Amino acid sequence: MWLLNSSIGRKVVMSVTGIALILFLTFHCAMNIVALFSGEAYNTICELLGANWYALVATMGLAALAVIHIVFAFILTAQNRKARGNSRYEVSTTVNPGKVEWASKNMLVLGLIILIGLLVHLQNFWYNMMFAEIAGFTNGHSPADGFAFIIDTFSHWPLVVLYLVWFAAIWFHLAHGFWSAMQTLGLSGKIWLKRMQCFGLIYVTLLMLGFTVVVLGFYFGCAPSLDCCPDGACCEAAAVCCQ
Amino acid sequence: MAKNISFTIKFWRQNGPKDAGHFDTHEMHDIPDDTSFLEMLDILNEELINEGKEPFVFDHDCREGICGMCSLYINGTPHGLTERGATTCQLYMRRFNDGDVITVEPWRSAAFPVIKDCMVDRNAFDKIIQAGGYTTIRTGQAQDANAILIPKEDADEAMDCASCIGCGACVAACKNGSAMLFVSSKVSQLALLPQGRVEAARRVKNMIAKMDELGFGNCTNTRACEAVCPKNETIANIARLNREMIKAKMAD
Repeated sequence: MWLLNSSIGRKVVMSVTGIALILFLTFHCAMNIVALFSGEAYNTICELLGANWYALVATMGLAALAVIHIVFAFILTAQNRKARGNSRYEVSTTVNPGKVEWASKNMLVLGLIILIGLLVHLQNFWYNMMFAEIAGFTNGHSPADGFAFIIDTFSHWPLVVLYLVWFAAIWFHLAHGFWSAMQTLGLSGKIWLKRMQCFGLIYVTLLMLGFTVVVLGFYFGCAPSLDCCPDGACCEAAAVCCQ
Repeated sequence: MAKNISFTIKFWRQNGPKDAGHFDTHEMHDIPDDTSFLEMLDILNEELINEGKEPFVFDHDCREGICGMCSLYINGTPHGLTERGATTCQLYMRRFNDGDVITVEPWRSAAFPVIKDCMVDRNAFDKIIQAGGYTTIRTGQAQDANAILIPKEDADEAMDCASCIGCGACVAACKNGSAMLFVSSKVSQLALLPQGRVEAARRVKNMIAKMDELGFGNCTNTRACEAVCPKNETIANIARLNREMIKAKMAD
């Protein structure tokens, strides 16, 4: 199996799983944007993605992608450290500052920050929704009431800050990850490298802005979907008056 | 106007691959700034010999930037801060200032064990070439010059890839100790030409397998290699290598 045995094969696995995860993020972002405009529509999606068999299968697939991506990251990093050898340079590389992207040298660290954020995020939402539905308990709101969980979660400023840091880490990870994946798959060259970098940067920035807008929109209470009180002053009481 | 500079040189001493190694320092006085870096090391060695010390060992050969033997990691940069497209032998003392401390280290990579001081064993590159970096042909009579037509762009690109001298700066600069820039240049120079295409799939598979076997790391696209390459090879070669490998494996 060259995908396991050869250096390029392992990198191909990293890029394919990485791209698949970016596609998932795109879907997730689109779903979040819906919550900005209509709680009802968002909950319809939540219901659709509850503990249905297809949603469960997709979740398992997604988890597998993430696990493969993380496991391979550790294998590759361990091999790379071994290849580097035990002796370190006295003067670390100073050549052409700016030529080497900061993110490209810190993908594992960024990945670990993302993983920690992911665990918090799964606890905030997945545990209270899909898992609660399977296990048959409720934690504050009905498992299908995703909108209520959004309002709850993003009313706490420490969580909001954590999410924003998390988004920044994902932005850095993907800013390098996107073109890097294309390079590994051979879809790059003297001209296409620049195009892939440019496209990746725009795509990833829009994607992360999408996530950020939703979090801030709910924290500051200015999401259009919260505008449900007659007097318009529903920031604090949104959770109550929307029901 | 040439002027003379005085500085401290801090150089790596290591007796063989198993030795832990350490730095020695030496004060250099009144070195003309049009001296080349290797000439400066020759002066250092004469002084060391006169003091009854062992000379400092380093690799060098042609001293005109085409053989790929010189290999010093100077002040945090493979080949030092030369003009782009130059090796250690074409680094001149005018690049340094009076009173500097110049640190000279060997290539540090598991696949390049130190032989002595700053001389490292780069045999691994030869083994990768032996694994497939050639075309298998029966050498008969020379054929007509234009029997096989090759577009000018392809010939130029292949020539650019072939200009890699295999010095190992890419491996030295890479945080992963990856040899991908070297291997990709050597695969590309043949893959771009019709004579090389015949064995392209076998070549890329064998060379990558050898590269992995010898313990080089995996590329993470940091681009440190192309920033230090004395022959201006680019990671477009690495993309081509990846493409060739995936294509070859898909055809299996």
